[in-house]
Amino acid sequence: MRVGLIGALAVFLSVSPTVRLSAQDTTAGKTVYVKWCAGCHGETGDGKGVAALYMLPRPRDFTGAVYKIRTTASGQLPTDADLMRAIDEGLPGTAMPAWQTRLSDGERRNVMAYLKTFSSFFSDTSQHPQLLKFSSEPGGGTGAEALRVGRQFYDSIHCYKCHGPQGRGDGPSAPDLKDDPGQPILAADLHENWRFRGGATAEDIYRQLRTGLDGTPMPSFSDLLDQKFLTEEQLWRVAQYVRSLSPPKAPEVRDVIHARQIAGTLPVSPDDSAWSRVDDYYFPLVGQIIRKPRWFAPAVAAIWVQALHNGNAIAVRLTWDDRSQSPDTGWNKYTRRLLQTMASDDSGPQTLAPWPDQLAVQFPPKIPEGMERPYFLMGSNSGSVYQWRWRSAPRGAVAGLARGIDRFDTLPPASGPAARAVWDHGQWRVVFTRTLATADTANELQFAVGRAIPVAFFAWDGSSAERDTRMALSTWYFLALDQPTPPGTFISPVIAMVVTLGLGMLVVVRAQRRDGRRAAARG
Amino acid sequence: MRKLGSAAAIGAGLLVWALGSTPGAEAALDGATVTGKVKFVGKAPANPVIDMSEEAKCAAKYTTPPRELIVQVNANGTLANVFVYVKTGLPADAKYPTPATPVEIDQNGCMYHPRVFGIMVGQTLAIKNSDGILHNIKALGKKNRPFNISQPTTMTTNRPGFAAVEVMLPFACNVHGWMHAFAGVLSHPFYSATGTDGSYSIKGLPPGTYTIEAWHEKYGTQTATVTVKAAETKTADLTFTAK
Ligand code: HEC
Ligand code: HEC
Repeated sequence: MRVGLIGALAVFLSVSPTVRLSAQDTTAGKTVYVKWCAGCHGETGDGKGVAALYMLPRPRDFTGAVYKIRTTASGQLPTDADLMRAIDEGLPGTAMPAWQTRLSDGERRNVMAYLKTFSSFFSDTSQHPQLLKFSSEPGGGTGAEALRVGRQFYDSIHCYKCHGPQGRGDGPSAPDLKDDPGQPILAADLHENWRFRGGATAEDIYRQLRTGLDGTPMPSFSDLLDQKFLTEEQLWRVAQYVRSLSPPKAPEVRDVIHARQIAGTLPVSPDDSAWSRVDDYYFPLVGQIIRKPRWFAPAVAAIWVQALHNGNAIAVRLTWDDRSQSPDTGWNKYTRRLLQTMASDDSGPQTLAPWPDQLAVQFPPKIPEGMERPYFLMGSNSGSVYQWRWRSAPRGAVAGLARGIDRFDTLPPASGPAARAVWDHGQWRVVFTRTLATADTANELQFAVGRAIPVAFFAWDGSSAERDTRMALSTWYFLALDQPTPPGTFISPVIAMVVTLGLGMLVVVRAQRRDGRRAAARG
Repeated sequence: MRKLGSAAAIGAGLLVWALGSTPGAEAALDGATVTGKVKFVGKAPANPVIDMSEEAKCAAKYTTPPRELIVQVNANGTLANVFVYVKTGLPADAKYPTPATPVEIDQNGCMYHPRVFGIMVGQTLAIKNSDGILHNIKALGKKNRPFNISQPTTMTTNRPGFAAVEVMLPFACNVHGWMHAFAGVLSHPFYSATGTDGSYSIKGLPPGTYTIEAWHEKYGTQTATVTVKAAETKTADLTFTAK
C-alpha cells in the first residue's frame, strides 16, 4: 500500500512540469556554476576560487548572502530580480563579467537559484525582503538649480568624508576604508560612472543611495527621508548631481589622438584655460600581467590625453584620477592593507616605502614606415622605445630609451621634455612640452606633421605600492599632428594607415585582454 | 523536575518582564544572583591615540588626547567593557519576553557609548547621534544580517531587533575607523557588562548550574561554573591576563 503510494507520487513528481522544473533549477544551476563561476567564486561559494587572489574587489562569498545590488533596505536579502540584474549586467569596474550574452535565460535563472543554496538566509522563512518604495525621477535634473541643490546636500550629508570634495574618492576617511571581509576598498570615483557597480544612470545612483552597498562602507541614506532630513526630491538631486560629474556618455576609445596646430605659444600650464577647448581622448589602462611580478589591482583606471602643436613644439596634457599625491603617509593604512591583500605568488614580501606617483608616455625612437613597432611593453633588446617619464617626487620629468621593463637609459636633459604638473583633489594633470625636432635624431623621436606616431601610456600610484612591473598600462595607440590645412585633404593617409594598423591592433588588444582574463582564471 | 525548572524559569522571566525590562531589575524574589568582578592581571598595553583632527566637533569634547579604549583597566585592577553572560545552563525550552524599551547606543565624541552591551533578540536598538556630524553605523553580524546606515546629523534611528543569538556582534563606523562597539545578542536577559568598577551582576536566575562566560574584545573569553539555589547570591570572579 505504502510502496504503491510512493510509487504514484514518484510518477506524479516526474510528470508534473512545475515540480520538475524547480527540481532541475539547482541541479542544472550547479552545472553552470561549476563551469562558469566556481573559478572565481569557489566550488563551495565561499569566494575562494583559484583566481580569487588575483582580484580586488574579491569575488563574492555567497555564504553570507550580502549583496551590493538590491532594491531592498540595507541588511535585507536581495530579490531574485536583483540577483538576476547582477548576473546579467555584471559589476562594472570589477572582475565580475556580464553573463546576459554568454549564458541562456534558463542557465542564468538556474545558476541564480543555485547561488541561493549557498546561504541559509535564503531558506530562512523569517527573512522577508521588502522592496523599498522608490519615487520617480523629478525633471530638470541637469539644470543649474537642481545641481546646486544636489551639491548642497552632497556637502551637508558629508559625502565628501569618503568621496572627497570633488568626488574623486579622496576624502579624509578614504584611506582607512575596508569591506566586511576586511579588504581595502576605495570610495568610488564619482567621475567614472561607467565603473559604478550598480549602474551609471541617475536612477541607478538614487537606488544605490537608498539601499547602500551592503558589505561595503557605502551606507544607505533611506533613514534620512524617514527622518525628514531631506525630501525625496532632494535625494534625487544628490543623485543627479553625482551623475553630472561624469561625462554624458561613457567615454569611447578613439585610436588616434589628433594634435591640432595652433598659432603662437602652446599652453604649458596644466590649468591653462586653452586646454578646455582641446579634444580629450580617453584610454583605459589595465594591470601589467605579462611580466612577473604581475599586478592585478592597478590603481589608475584610465588616462585622458590632449595634444596641441604650433609647428615648432608639441604640448601633451595627460589627466588621470589618483586619490593621493604620493608619497603621502596619510595613505599608509591603505597601502599596508593592499600589500597584505594582494600578496601574490610572484611578488615576494613587500615593505612600505614612500613611492612616488609616476607616468610614462612612450613612442618609438623613429616614426615607423610600415607595420613594425617596438614591443609595447617598453621595447626589447632588439627594439628600444623612447619614453618621457614623469614622477611626483622628486618632481620632474626625463626622457630616455627603454629596452624592456628593466632597462631605462636616460638621455641628456637638454632636449628632454619640460613638464608641469598639478594635483588637485584626486586628479593629476601633467603637461609635457618638447620641440618637434631635436639634435639627437638617433635616439629621440622627431615629431612630424601628418604621420601616425605610435604612442602608449603607463601609470603608477605610489600609495598602491606601484612601481616597476606593478603598473597600469595601455597598448599602442596613435598620435597625429594635424596640419593647419582643412582636415579632409591630409587626414586620409593617416586614416588609411590606422585602418590597416588599427584593426590589427584592436585584435591584439582583444587578444591581450582575453589572455589576461585567461591568465587570471588560470591563476 | 525539569518541568518545574522551566516553569520557574518562565515565572522568573515573566517577573522580569512585569517589573519592566532591564534584566535582573530587583527581579524575581526567589531569583538567584551571580555577581563578581572581572580582574586584570599583568601590564595593560597602551591604547592607541586617536587622531581626531578631521573632526573638530568631537575633538573639542576631550581635554586630553582621546584613545581607543580597547583595554580599559580600572583603578581597582579590574577590566571594563567585558560582556558577562550565561552561556549554558538555562532550560532549553524557556522563553523570555523581549523588553519593550530599546537599548540605546550613542555616538558621542566620535566614540560609541556603551562600547560593549547586551541586547535581547528582537529588542529595538536605538542608534543615537549626539555629535551632529556624519557617522555611518555598520553592523557586521554573521548570524544576523549586516546593515549599514548613515546619520549625518543629530538624530536617533530605531532599528528593529536582531533575529538571531550572536555573541558578539561588532559595530563600526567607516567615517571614523577607530569607532568600534560590540553587542551580545541573547535570547535571555541574563547578561551584564562591566564598567568602571569592573563588577557584573546577573540577577533573577532560576536555581541551577550555569556556565558564565566573560568576553573581552582583545583577550577573548573566560568561563566560570556556578551553581545557585533559589534566592541565593553567589560570587564568581573572572580573571583576564595580559598577553
Ligand atoms: C572572473 C571572476 C568571476 C567570475 C567568473 C564570476 N564572478 Fe561573480 N563576482 C566576481 C567578483 C570579483 C565579484 C565582486 C564584485 C564586487 O564586490 O564589487 C562578483 C560578484 C558577484 C555577485 C554579487 C552581486 C552583488 O549584488 O553584490 C553575484 C550574484 C555574482 N558575482 C554571480 C556570479 C555568477 C552567477 C557567475 C557565473 C555565471 C559569476 N559570478 C562568475 C567575479 C567573478
Ligand atoms: C563611509 C564612507 C562613505 C560615505 C559617507 C559615502 N560613500 Fe559612497 N561609496 C563608498 C564606498 C567605499 C563605495 C564603493 C563601494 C564598492 O566599491 O562596492 C561607494 C560607492 C558610491 C557610489 C557608486 C555606487 C555603485 O553602484 O557602485 C556612489 C554613486 C556613491 N558612493 C555616492 C555617495 C554619495 C552621494 C554619498 C553621500 C550622500 C556617499 N556616497 C557617501 C563610501 C562612502
